[in-house]
Amino acid sequence: MRWESWSAFWHMGGYAMYVWGSVGMCMASLALEVWWARRERTNTLRDLRAELAAQAAALEGEGT
Amino acid sequence: MRRIPWTHFAAPQTFYGLAGVCWKPLAFLALALAVAGMWVGFMVAPTDAQQGEGYRIIFWHVPVSWMSMIIYLAMAFWGVVCLVFRARMAGMLSQALAPTGALFAFLSLWTGALWGKPMWGAWWVWDARLTSELILFFLYIGFIALTSAIEDPRRADRAGALVAIVGALNVPIIYFSVKWWNTLHQGASVSLNRAPSMAQTMLWGMLLMALACWVYALAMVLYRSRSLILQRERHADWVAQLPECQPGVPA
Repeated sequence: MRWESWSAFWHMGGYAMYVWGSVGMCMASLALEVWWARRERTNTLRDLRAELAAQAAALEGEGT
Repeated sequence: MRRIPWTHFAAPQTFYGLAGVCWKPLAFLALALAVAGMWVGFMVAPTDAQQGEGYRIIFWHVPVSWMSMIIYLAMAFWGVVCLVFRARMAGMLSQALAPTGALFAFLSLWTGALWGKPMWGAWWVWDARLTSELILFFLYIGFIALTSAIEDPRRADRAGALVAIVGALNVPIIYFSVKWWNTLHQGASVSLNRAPSMAQTMLWGMLLMALACWVYALAMVLYRSRSLILQRERHADWVAQLPECQPGVPA
C-alpha cells in the first residue's frame, strides 16, 4: 500500500475535494441508476399483473 | 461453420429470457472489476510527478468518457439496424442504452470540471474537447426526450434512430478534438501506436475501471431492455404466461 495512514489517504495530497467529489458523484449516480432501473421493473410488473387480473376478471364475468 | 440464428435472438421473447440469464453475472463481474480497478488505482498506482494525487480522478474520468462515446456509437449502430432491418429489438436496445450513456456523459463533464479546477484553475472552458462532450450530453437528452414524447413506439424508434445516427458524427469530433484544435485538454492517455505515457499500474487501474464500466453498461442495458419488452409486448400471450406476471409473485 502507498499510503502512510488512512488520514493521508483521505487527504489525497490536498486534492481531497476534487478526487472524492469525483469518485463520490460517480458511485452515487450509478447507485441511483440501479435503483431507478429496479423501480421501473417493479412498476412495470405491477401494472402488468393488474392489467392481466382485470382481463381475467372480465373473462370470468362474461362466462357466468 | 454453424450459422448463428440472429433472427431467433432478435425476437423479443427470446431476448427477454437471454437477458434475464445474463444480466446478473455481468453485474457481479462489473462490481468485481470496479473493486479491483479502485484498488489498483488508489492503493497501488504511484503518485503522479506533475499532478500529485489529484490525477487519480483519471480512474473515473477516462472510463466514463470512453463509455459515453462508445454507448452513443452503439445507439447509432442499433439505429441503423432499426431503419434497415426494422428489427423490433433494435429500437428497444437504443432506448435502453440512452440513460446509461447520458449518465456517463454527465459524469465525464462532472469529473472533468473537478479535475480542471485544480489543474487549469477553471471548472469549465469553452474548449473543443469540453464543448463537443457537452453537445454529446445534450444529444442524449434530446434522444430521450424525443423517443419518450412520441406515443407510437415504432415511430419513436425511427425518430430516435435518426437522432442517433446524425449525432454519431459528433463522436469522432470529440475523440480527435485534442489533435485537430489547440486545446487546453491534454492529448490521448492511451493510444495504440505508441507506448503509454504513464506508469504500468496507472494504465492497469484505468483499463480495469474501463472494463468495469463497459460490463456495467452491458448489464444495465440488458436489465432495462427487459422492462421495455414487457411494456411493449404486454398484450402478447408469452408475457401473460411468464412466472413473474402471475398474481402474488414478488418482482
